[in-house]
Amino acid sequence: MNIKRFFAVFKARNIEFFRDKSSLGWSLFFPVLLLVGFSFIFSGEGRSAYKIGWVETTKGLQGETLKNPFTGTRYIDFIHYTDIDVAKGKLSHHSIDLVIVNQSRRYWVNDESAKSYLVEKIFSDKLEGYTRLQMSGAKIRYVDWVLPGVLGMNMMFSCLFGVGYVIVRYRKNAVLKRLKATPLTAFEFVSAQLSSRLFIVMCTSIIVYSGCNLLFDFFMLGSYFDLFIIGMLGAFCLISLGLLVASRSKSEELIGGLLNVTSWPMMMLSGVWFSLEGAPPALKLIADFLPLTHLVAGAREVITEGATLGDISYHVNCLLLMSSVFLSLGAYFFSWNAER
Amino acid sequence: MSVAICVQELTKQYKDVTAVDNISFTVEQGHCFGLLGPNGAGKTTTIEIMEGIISPTSGQVIYKGKEYEGKKVDESLSQQIGIQFQHTALQDYLTVKETLSLFSSFYQHTLAQEQIIELCDLSDFLNRDNRLLSGGQRQRLLLALALINDPDIIFLDEPTTGLDPHARRNFWQLIKNIKAQNKTIILTTHYMDEAEQLCDDIVIMDQGKIIEAGTPLQLLNKHFSEVFIYLPAEQVPSILVEQNKWKKLAGQIEITTCDIEQTLTLLMNSKVSLAGLHVKSANLDDLFLHLTGHSLRGAK
Repeated sequence: MNIKRFFAVFKARNIEFFRDKSSLGWSLFFPVLLLVGFSFIFSGEGRSAYKIGWVETTKGLQGETLKNPFTGTRYIDFIHYTDIDVAKGKLSHHSIDLVIVNQSRRYWVNDESAKSYLVEKIFSDKLEGYTRLQMSGAKIRYVDWVLPGVLGMNMMFSCLFGVGYVIVRYRKNAVLKRLKATPLTAFEFVSAQLSSRLFIVMCTSIIVYSGCNLLFDFFMLGSYFDLFIIGMLGAFCLISLGLLVASRSKSEELIGGLLNVTSWPMMMLSGVWFSLEGAPPALKLIADFLPLTHLVAGAREVITEGATLGDISYHVNCLLLMSSVFLSLGAYFFSWNAER
Repeated sequence: MSVAICVQELTKQYKDVTAVDNISFTVEQGHCFGLLGPNGAGKTTTIEIMEGIISPTSGQVIYKGKEYEGKKVDESLSQQIGIQFQHTALQDYLTVKETLSLFSSFYQHTLAQEQIIELCDLSDFLNRDNRLLSGGQRQRLLLALALINDPDIIFLDEPTTGLDPHARRNFWQLIKNIKAQNKTIILTTHYMDEAEQLCDDIVIMDQGKIIEAGTPLQLLNKHFSEVFIYLPAEQVPSILVEQNKWKKLAGQIEITTCDIEQTLTLLMNSKVSLAGLHVKSANLDDLFLHLTGHSLRGAK
């Protein structure tokens, strides 16, 4: 690895990006626009359904759950938890409105939540004989909840298209061919592209987050350092995926299709817009194989639950593993030109 | 004179097309070597195998005695060669100066930037975005990038295609300046006047094969001993044309002769006016037509 050559390509790619005012403007403006839009759309209290966390810590009680006196009520969603602390965490952030532990005949309400108050009233007769416990916690607005998703999605598009599409364009118009004729190695070129995009993505994300924070005063329970790390790992993984997708193709039409095929499932299934908590297990399994799922989930846990890197080690490890696989395959398949 | 490059039994086979068909030749150190042929003759494939951009199906290229089997050329070799491709885009949004700096950083030994700017006459548009360069400026920048590492061997693949006559002549002068520095140049072109101006040795390719090789003069002498005399058709009596089997071409009479003096005497004795007469020797275009039966630029 020749550092001088690496930095020359890194610098050239950064200049290319930052002088392209339309791309730069779009990557900064688009997530802000989304956040403003969603904060406006979901600012009201128009949601009619209530969510109750149903906690069963022991297996084998599923039959009892089905028979429980609460489940037949319309417009009430029951979410099953096995960990009482997770359920209480959700209640404290107003993600759910009541927590019932059927085995110990206890329930929790959030005394800072109007919906928690109302749902308790609705079920007051059925909750007779249950011990009432209360907790408090400020509400996480939808904009706080959706923030990691929107930032993650913006990172995803920037990483996939900013690397994949650019490399294919370079290959198609023979920029790569010209570079191949120099002493620059494929490793130096690819790592410079990766580093440049990582630098760009992290810079734009920090700018977007900081700017929006002035506007929305985001909820933040965890550490900014942990958020930065999970963001960087996620971006690295998505860039690696972009490199893999673009490793051989010479057609901009094909790469456009491939990148759409790669990005759309992540946009729909990675928990960007809505929580996958109540989703079918098969869908959750698919989502688990998508890097954006781990980026968004990890960042969301840091922001809304105050999780540390240790707490989200599952997501961190998944991103590291996926990055290794994508990078290895991308390096193996990489071709300067169409011929190998 | 030492051999700079030796190409041995090179073949490049694509699915059902043989782009290069078992060709061999040598390039002398300090010579300008021309690969000539119509579009699709296999020139670019040959030169790109020599550059290490594509790999041959069989055969080898030996640089100054060092064999290489294709794939990417090793770093020591790529430090010594300069390449100007037929079709290359440059990175968008970079200026000419930044592009020169980028490519300078790839090499251990480079010419001073001022030197390369002067050599390729880049000073007028040094801070211009690559996207805004004219065809001639762009070709000069690409040549500068090919020369930035002060290479011993320079590959120029159709460097003047698409340039206006003025820009082409400017470019030829640049190449002559480089040649004067004892650099080895491998040039592909389908402009025969370019090859005649610049090349010491040529090979003519068609359908992947070498159909002739030598110096331009050797080849012309080998295949053409006659010259062509042209006269306006209305000045030459028909009977004289028929008797001598001269050709009538687009309002002109073409007289092919090995003895100009004898032919001129015949014309004057026949009281033919010599106004508008011009004489043309055979050129490489004629040679190619003669060898392959189809025109060099119009083929395929």
